[in-house]
Order: sequence, then C-alpha cells, then structure tokens
Amino acid sequence: MTINYLGSISANDLPATFTKFFVEPVSVGFPSPANDYLESPIDLNQYLVKNGAATFLVRVSGDSMLDANIADQAILIVDRSLKPKHGSIVVASLDGDFVCKRLQLKPRLCLLPENSKYEPIYIQHGQDLDIMGTVTAAINKFE
Amino acid sequence: MKFLALVDCDNFYASCERVFRPDLKKIPIVVLSNNDGCVIARSKEAKAMGIKMGVPWFKVKKAYLTQGGKVFSSNFALYGDLSKRVMNILDGMVKKIEVYSIDEAFLDLQHIQNLNQAYEFGVYCRNTIRQWVGIPVRIGIAPTKTLTKVASHIAKNKNNGTGVCCLNNQEHVAHILKTLPIKEIWGVGHNLSKKLNQLGTYSAYDLMQMDIRFIRKKFSVVLERTVRELRGEQCIQIEDHFEPKKQIVVSRSFRGRIKNLSELKPLISNFAVRAGEKLRYEKQKCSQVSTFISTSRFNKQLQYRGFNSFQFPCPVDDTRSILMGANKALNKAFRKGYPYAKAGILLSHFSHPTVIQQSLFEAADQKYLKQDTNLMQTIDALNNAQTQIYYASQRPAGLSPIQKEMVSPKYTTNWQELPTAK
Repeated sequence: MTINYLGSISANDLPATFTKFFVEPVSVGFPSPANDYLESPIDLNQYLVKNGAATFLVRVSGDSMLDANIADQAILIVDRSLKPKHGSIVVASLDGDFVCKRLQLKPRLCLLPENSKYEPIYIQHGQDLDIMGTVTAAINKFE
Repeated sequence: MKFLALVDCDNFYASCERVFRPDLKKIPIVVLSNNDGCVIARSKEAKAMGIKMGVPWFKVKKAYLTQGGKVFSSNFALYGDLSKRVMNILDGMVKKIEVYSIDEAFLDLQHIQNLNQAYEFGVYCRNTIRQWVGIPVRIGIAPTKTLTKVASHIAKNKNNGTGVCCLNNQEHVAHILKTLPIKEIWGVGHNLSKKLNQLGTYSAYDLMQMDIRFIRKKFSVVLERTVRELRGEQCIQIEDHFEPKKQIVVSRSFRGRIKNLSELKPLISNFAVRAGEKLRYEKQKCSQVSTFISTSRFNKQLQYRGFNSFQFPCPVDDTRSILMGANKALNKAFRKGYPYAKAGILLSHFSHPTVIQQSLFEAADQKYLKQDTNLMQTIDALNNAQTQIYYASQRPAGLSPIQKEMVSPKYTTNWQELPTAK
C-alpha cells in the first residue's frame, strides 16, 4: 500500500457547505422507513363509544352479573341512544336505585341477574322501572 | 316560510341533579348559588311550593326542608358536561346553531318546509334529548327569534305535555301577544316596559301595533327590531360564530360580614387571580379593572355600595397588573364602618392580544405595569396541574372556600364519582 501525502487542510479550505452552522438538530442516518405509514395510535374511546353525547360511565357494585363477565367494580359503558331489546344488558332505575341486569321482555317483564346466587326480579304492578340505557361493554380491571 | 327554533332546557340545573338520582323523580329540588347564598334553580315541584327565583336560602330553608324538599349546592362540572351533550346533539340535527346560554340554543330550521314538519322536528328533537341525556327541553318554533321566545314561553306554560309550540299563523300570534305582558318579551327590560306602560302600551300586541318610526325616534333601533320581529320580519340573525366575551366578573357573597380593608384585600386578590386566569383562557387582554363591594341588601340600616375602576395605559393580561389595579380600585371604593356582605371584580375594555395598541407613554408606564406572557403561561400550567402557585397578596387559607356543603358528585367528569349500579 502506498500513501500519497496531499498536504494539510484548514477550515478555510473546506467548501462552504461544510462549515454551515445548523440551528436545528440535523437528523443523521436513514429516515425512518415508517414515516410514510404513520397512523394515529389506537384510541380506546373509538372502540368503546359510538355516540359520545349519549354515553355515560357507571360503576358496578356487587357480583350479580358475574356470569356475564361483569365483575364487582367494573366500569360499564352505557349508551342511552340504543333501544333496549329482549336480552340486552341494561342499566335501569328500579324504585329509585340503579341496577345492572339482563332485560327480559317476554314472557314476562323481568330483570335477570347473571349469578345463581340471585333471584330474577319480576316487575310488579305499581313498581317504578325506567331503563336508563343499554350496556355496550364492561371494563374489568385486573391490576 | 323560514323557521327558527329555540330549544330551552326546563329548570336546567334542577333537571341535571335528577339525571343520576332517579329517587328524586317527583321530589322538589332547588339549587343554590356559589356559597349556598340564593336559590338559582327550582324544579317544577319546588316552584309549586312557592319558592321564588333568587330568594336567599336562609329565608326559605326551614319551611322547604320540613316539607321534604331536596337542596343542592351548584355543581357546574355536571351542568357544563350535560349542557355540552345537549348542544352536541342539536348541532348534529341542523346546519346552523347558536348556543345562546348554558341551557338555550337557537336553531336555523332551513331544511323544514312547512308547519307540520316543524312540529314533528320539535317533537323528535325533544324526545331525543330526553332519551339520550335525560334532560327535558321545550321548543318554540316561529319565523323570528323574538317569536321563538314567545313560543317557548307558551310551550312552558301549556301543561298538555308535548313541550313544543309552533307560532306561525298571524291570527294565532296576535291572539297570544294580546295576553302577553310587555315585560315578557325578549329584550324588553323592566325600565323599558315601565316607559312603554306610561304610553298606554301594556301587551305585546300593543307594542306590535305601534308606529315603527315613532319607536325608532322615541326609543331605539333595538326596540324597532323587536317590533318588526313580533310582526314576523326576521331582523336578528342566528349567530353561529364565536362571540368573544365582553367582560369577566368574579364575585362572591360572604358567609359572615367583613368590616376591615385588610380582610377584604386578600379576597379581592383571590378574585383578581381567578379573573386573570379566565382572561388568559379567553385569550383576551383588558384595559380596565373594577372593584365593587356592597353591604347586605337585607341590612336596611347600613347600606353602601362601592364601585371604582382602574384604567391601564395599555391592555394587559398579567395577573400582577390586574392585582395592582384591583387593589387601587378597592382602596378608593372602600368606606369605613360598613359590614360588607359581597365583593367582586370586573375586567372590561377587552382587546385581542395580537392587536395591541402601543401606548405613547409606554416607557414611563413600564415601571409599574407588569406584562410577562411566558411567566403567566407557566403559572397557569402549574395551577391547572394542581400545583398551587399563589401571589403574595392572596390568602391561600381563605381560598378553598367557596362554601358548597350539599354538592352532588361529578358523575360525568370524575372517575372517583361515577354513578353506581347494583
């Protein structure tokens, strides 16, 4: 191997582009190959809430809906704009208290718990029942 | 035929308190102002008990509670959230909406061709809001804003339950206006209605019949517009753009009475700090700060109301300047020897921060005018994140303290306060 000494260089000898002062950080290396594919991160609201103006959160107290995968302290997503059907899980006010149960319309109006420890609630004549909304999801937190 | 609608929530704050309290369905409800001073909202049942709007709570408390009424301190986190939901739903129904207040909105029903459709829309709108949010509303539909107010008034008093009133037919309108006292008309205040009464004008119908030129000459263009609107001529448009605030007020009634200037100062400072935050939130600057103090209106022997203003040489939004101005105004408004029951401050003469007029004497003013946008932004950010930064003239210990002993949970805005279901 041979080495040819070409002489020393000073900053003055460098082409102008080399000495340019960069005020902003300059990214070096390759641009991220993902740049063209950037998407917004997954948004749980988008997944859980269809109609924001009509959606309310309700906390569960008790285990009467355990077999429907609704544990004590779960957060229910309640959509007031969905018409409750036979078999929907609903939040209803019964004689002034909120309850979460499965709605049975036939053969008889009834609120069904999902836990064999509890009895079905048959709505008696004169009892005050209002369906607040349909439960579209429940969030059980483990930790 | 063009139709406008006014959607108005019934007894809004009281209705909000009921959304998550089905047990209070038919129970009388009243809501109190900040510091639990006066009644500011009543349910239908509370009205029927004879509780008047604005009455001091202590005057009716005993009788109301013994008759089984329920009382709440105001919970604006809840009312604001439910209001937003109502307005969002309305916004989805029409092309143009003007949110007029926390519980009222004007709608432009461009898409509606005839009266039947208008009525159907009203019923649909009312049912949807009732079902989706749980708030009862009434709807007045008419060709002009002023007439929608009249229609809404009728929808409220008609107890047949649809909560929707359409005013369109000339004869029908005339018939209704004959029974409507002049002071009930939108934009006609107490003083104006007195003046008009002196001229022999008592009903809305009388006003509608008056000569337009006479009205313009003797009164104002504003009243002229009202008359034209009563006749069905659209003069006041739906304003769907954002209208910036013209002034900011922060005031409170005290539990006890305050006599000393040294005790008033920290309170005024607290108000000034809060007003400054609001001002910057609105992205405004103000050129004037005023301080007002007053004795209780129930103390007939010792009555005094003080009001004084301080003008800034150029618009500011820095709390330190507002504090300085508010305290200078307080010193001038204060008189010794009175038991003060209420105080507040008012920011006014706004200009947008980007269009600042430079003061000729700015250099000279600098020494006592403080203006530092970065500092204010930093303090606002910290205070929003629950760290509290206080100004020396405030009294942090006396701060928490808007008295709210009977406030309901923030059902929709706080994870810890969600409603529960068994």
